[in-house]
Amino acid sequence: MATVVDSKKACTVNPLKMSQPLGACYAFMGLDNCMPMMHGSQGCTSFGLVLLVRHFKEAIPMQTTAMNEVSTILGGLENIEQAILNIKKRANPSLIAIASTGLTETKGDDVDGYLHAIRRKHGDALAGTDIVYVSTPDYVGAFEDGWGKAVLAVIDAFAQPCDVREDDLVNLLPGAHLTPADIEELREMIESFGLRARVLPDLSGSMDGHIPASFTPTTLGGTTPDALRRLGAAKATLAIGARMDAAAAAILARCGVPCHVFDRLTGLSPVDEFLHCLSRLSGRPVPAKYRRQRTQLQDVMLDAHFWVGGKKFAIGAEPDLLYALGATAGEMGAEIVAAVTTTHSRVLEKMPCDQVLVGDLEDLETRAKERGAQLLITHSHGRQAAQRLEIPLLRAGIPMFDRLGAAHVLSVGYRGTRDLINGWANAFLADEHQNTPQDWPLPEESRLAASGGTAGGCGCDASAPVAEVVPDAVGA
Amino acid sequence: MDARVSAKIQDVFEEPACEHNQNKSAKEKKKGCTKQLSPGAAAGGCAFDGAKVALQPIVDVAHLVHGPIACEGNSWDNRNSSSSGSRLYRTGFTTDINELDVIYGGEKRLFRSVKEIIEKYDPPAVFVYQTCVTALIGDDIEAVCKRASEKFGKPVIPVNAPGFVGPKNLGNKLGAEALLDYVIGTEEPDFVTPYDINIIGEYNLAGELWQVKPLLDALGVRILSCISGDGRYREVAYSHRARASMMVCSKSMINIARKMEERYDIPFFEGSFYGIGDMSETLREIARLLVQKGAPEELKARTEALIAVEEKRAFERIAAYRPRLEGKKVLLITGGVKSWSVVAALQEAGLELVGTSVKKSTKEDKEKIKELMGQDAHMIDDMTPREMYAMLRDAKADIMLSGGRSQFIALKAKMPWLDINQERHHAYAGYEGMVDLVREIDKALYNPIWEAVRRPAPWEDGPVDFTADAA
Repeated sequence: MATVVDSKKACTVNPLKMSQPLGACYAFMGLDNCMPMMHGSQGCTSFGLVLLVRHFKEAIPMQTTAMNEVSTILGGLENIEQAILNIKKRANPSLIAIASTGLTETKGDDVDGYLHAIRRKHGDALAGTDIVYVSTPDYVGAFEDGWGKAVLAVIDAFAQPCDVREDDLVNLLPGAHLTPADIEELREMIESFGLRARVLPDLSGSMDGHIPASFTPTTLGGTTPDALRRLGAAKATLAIGARMDAAAAAILARCGVPCHVFDRLTGLSPVDEFLHCLSRLSGRPVPAKYRRQRTQLQDVMLDAHFWVGGKKFAIGAEPDLLYALGATAGEMGAEIVAAVTTTHSRVLEKMPCDQVLVGDLEDLETRAKERGAQLLITHSHGRQAAQRLEIPLLRAGIPMFDRLGAAHVLSVGYRGTRDLINGWANAFLADEHQNTPQDWPLPEESRLAASGGTAGGCGCDASAPVAEVVPDAVGA
Repeated sequence: MDARVSAKIQDVFEEPACEHNQNKSAKEKKKGCTKQLSPGAAAGGCAFDGAKVALQPIVDVAHLVHGPIACEGNSWDNRNSSSSGSRLYRTGFTTDINELDVIYGGEKRLFRSVKEIIEKYDPPAVFVYQTCVTALIGDDIEAVCKRASEKFGKPVIPVNAPGFVGPKNLGNKLGAEALLDYVIGTEEPDFVTPYDINIIGEYNLAGELWQVKPLLDALGVRILSCISGDGRYREVAYSHRARASMMVCSKSMINIARKMEERYDIPFFEGSFYGIGDMSETLREIARLLVQKGAPEELKARTEALIAVEEKRAFERIAAYRPRLEGKKVLLITGGVKSWSVVAALQEAGLELVGTSVKKSTKEDKEKIKELMGQDAHMIDDMTPREMYAMLRDAKADIMLSGGRSQFIALKAKMPWLDINQERHHAYAGYEGMVDLVREIDKALYNPIWEAVRRPAPWEDGPVDFTADAA
C-alpha cells in the first residue's frame, strides 16, 4: 500500500509526462482509416507527431487545425470546418477524430456546437466520414488520461444496444501502456478459447510496423466503424488497466454488456485470472499451450529470483504501466525505492512501496540516488539520469526513441512476463559486481580494538599490512 | 497580440537585407513572409519550436518553457545538437502549468521556477520561452524576467515567440531578436584578435561544426562565437567584438547578421558548409572579410593553399564512389537553404537530381537551384505524400534524401532513404562531411536488403508444381 503525493516544485525538470491530446490522438491511431487531428496551433501536432514517429519508426497520420492568434481569439469554427473539408478531400477517411489542446480550451471553443453546425452545412459533402471529438486540455492530466477520454468518446459516439448477442464475441479495451505486440498476444489468448476479440483501440492493426500494399494517408488498420457500432453485441467486455474503468462501464451502461477490468496482465496471478475468466466465458478448458507457458514462467521466476530478489528498483511510468511493472517486481522480491508517475489513478495506492510521487524525472533521479537504486526503469528520456546514476536503464513506455522495436515489446501474458523478468535479471547479470579486497573494510572501532589500544593506541598503523607468515618456515 | 511581439514581427518582416522582402509591395510586406497555413493540410513546427531550435544549442543555459506540458513534455531532448562541454541544454525545464494557473495566471509559478533553477543548477543565464496558452492568458514574461534578473543577479532572458504567432521560420528570427535585445553586447571577451569571427545560424547538429572548425583552427581563425551551436552564454554576449560574421542556413537568422553589421560594424556574408565548392567559397569569404577588416593580407594565400590541399583530398576520396553513383537519381525533399546547398554537393558525386522541394525556399534559393540544375529544374512546391510515394514506387528516383517526417514514404515504397534533416545522426559539413554523405548514399543504395525486401514470396507466383521437380 502506497500513499500518493504530488510534487511541490514550481518547475518541472526533465518531464516524465506527455500531454493529454497526444494520448487521445494515440488512441485514435488504433481506429481504421482514421485521421486524428489536434485542434490547436500547428506546433501541438508537430511535436506529438515527431514523438510518435521517433517511437514507432512509422509514418504517423495526424493533422492540425493550424490555429493562429487571431483565429484563436475569434474562435476556431472556420479552421475546424476548413480542416474537415480539406481532410475529406485529400484523404477521404472513414473517421476524423479531433482532440482539443490547451490553446483552444483556454479560449473555450465549443467544438461540439461547431461540429453540429458543420454537419448540418456539409452533410452531403461529408457522407461516409464520421467525426468524433474529445476535450483534452494540455494543462490537465496526462497522456494516459487523454487515451482514456478518447476511448470513452469513441464509445459514446458509436456504441449502441444490439438486439442480437454474438456469443463468441468479446470486447477488449487495452490501456495506453499496451504495445501492438501485447494486444496481439491477448487476441491470441482470447482466440485460443474459440472466442473472437473486438479490440478498441486496435494498435496491433495499425502501429505494428507492417508494410502496406499501397500508400494511405490515414491509419493503416485498427478498429473499423462497423465494429464500433457492434460493441453492444459482445458477450463481455474485458478492459486492461484502471484507466479503462470508465470505458468498460460506458459499454455496460449503454449496451448492457457485462465488463471485467484487469488492472494488469503482467505477472503470474493476473494472467491466471484472465485465462480463468476466458475459460468461464467460453466454457472451454485452458489450452495446453498456456498450461505449459505457465510453468515456463514459474521456472523463470525461480531462476531469476537470485538476481532480482532484494534489488532496488526505481520506476518512472504512467499509472497503469507503473502498476504492471511495480507489482510484478514486488512479486519477484525486488524493492521499489522510487516510484514516480504522471497523473492520479486508483492503482497507485496498490503499489508495493511506501510512496508514489506524481512528479518528473528529476524527482525519480534524486530519489533513486538517495536510496541507492540499482536499476532504473522508465522511458528513453531516463537515459541521461541513468548515465549520471551509473546504473542500467531498462526502457519502458513511450517514448522509446533510442532503441528499435518499440511496437514489438511484449510484457503481458505468461510469455511477456517471462521475457520481462529475464530482462531484469540480465540487466543485473550484465552489471554483476566483482568482489575486490577493498569491499569489506573494518570500521575504525574494530581496527582500534584489534590493535590493542584506544585512539592513538600503540602508535602503529592498524591498516598496515601484517608481516607475512611464510608457511614453509612454520612447517620447518 | 502583445504589442511587443507584434512590433517584433513587423520588424522581422521588414528585414532590409532580405532581397525577397524588398521586392514586395507595402501591402504584401504587411502580410508577412509566410504563406497562410491551410487547416487540415498543414505540417511543420510553430514559432516556439523555431525559437527553441535556434537558441537551445547554447549549451550552458537553462532553457525554461513557460506553458502546459505539451510544449516541452512532448518535445524535449529531441535534437541532435552537440556540446563539447555543459549538458545543461539537454535538461528539460518547464513550468507545466495546471488549470489553476490558467485561471489565476502563471507568473508566480514562472518566477518560482526561475528561482528553483538558479538554486539547483546555477546556470550563467536562464532563457524563458513564451507559449500560446500563457500568452493568451496575458502572462507578462518580460516583466517576470526583469524582476528575476534583478532579484537573482543573473541574466533571465525572455524569448517571446508563442507558437500561434506563426511558423518555425518566424520563430528562428524571434529567438534571434531576444539575443539582440538582451544578450549580445553585454559582456567583453578576455582578448581579441584580427582573426575573430562569428558563425550565425549554425546549430552543430551531429557535431557538424567540428568538421569545419579544424580548418579554421589551421588558418588561425578563431570562432569568437557560434550562434548558437555548441555556444556558451558568455560567447554570445561578447560576440559583438568579432571582425566578421558568416551567416549559415539561408535566412533563418539574417536579422542577427544584419543588425550586428549596423550596430557594431561587423560585415557578414551568407555561406554554406555543405558541398566542396561551397565550403571553399566560405573559407575564401571569411579570409576576404577578415583582411578587409585589417587582418594581414597573407591570410588569403594560406586559405588558398589549404583549399587546394583539402579539395584534392576530398575529390580523390569521392572519385572512388563516382563509378558507383554516376547517373543514380535523387529526390531531395527538404527546406530552405538545403535545397540548393545540397544540390551542388550531390552533383559533385555524379548523382542526378530528379527533383527538389522548394516549399520553404525563398526566391533567391530558387534562383540558386536554377543556376545549379538548369532552367528546367524540377522544383516541387508542395508534394503530397501520395505523390512522393508514387514517384519512388515508379522508380523515377533511386533514393530520397529528406527529413525524418517523410522517411517512411520512401521505406514503405522499399526505396533507399537518407536523413538530411535536424534529427539526423550523421554529420555532413565541410570536406569531410561531403565524403561521408557520399559514402552514406553509396551504403544506402548498395545495401543488399533492397533486393531482399522487393523479392515476392515464392508462393505469390501461383501454386507450386511438384511434378516439375519429380521430372
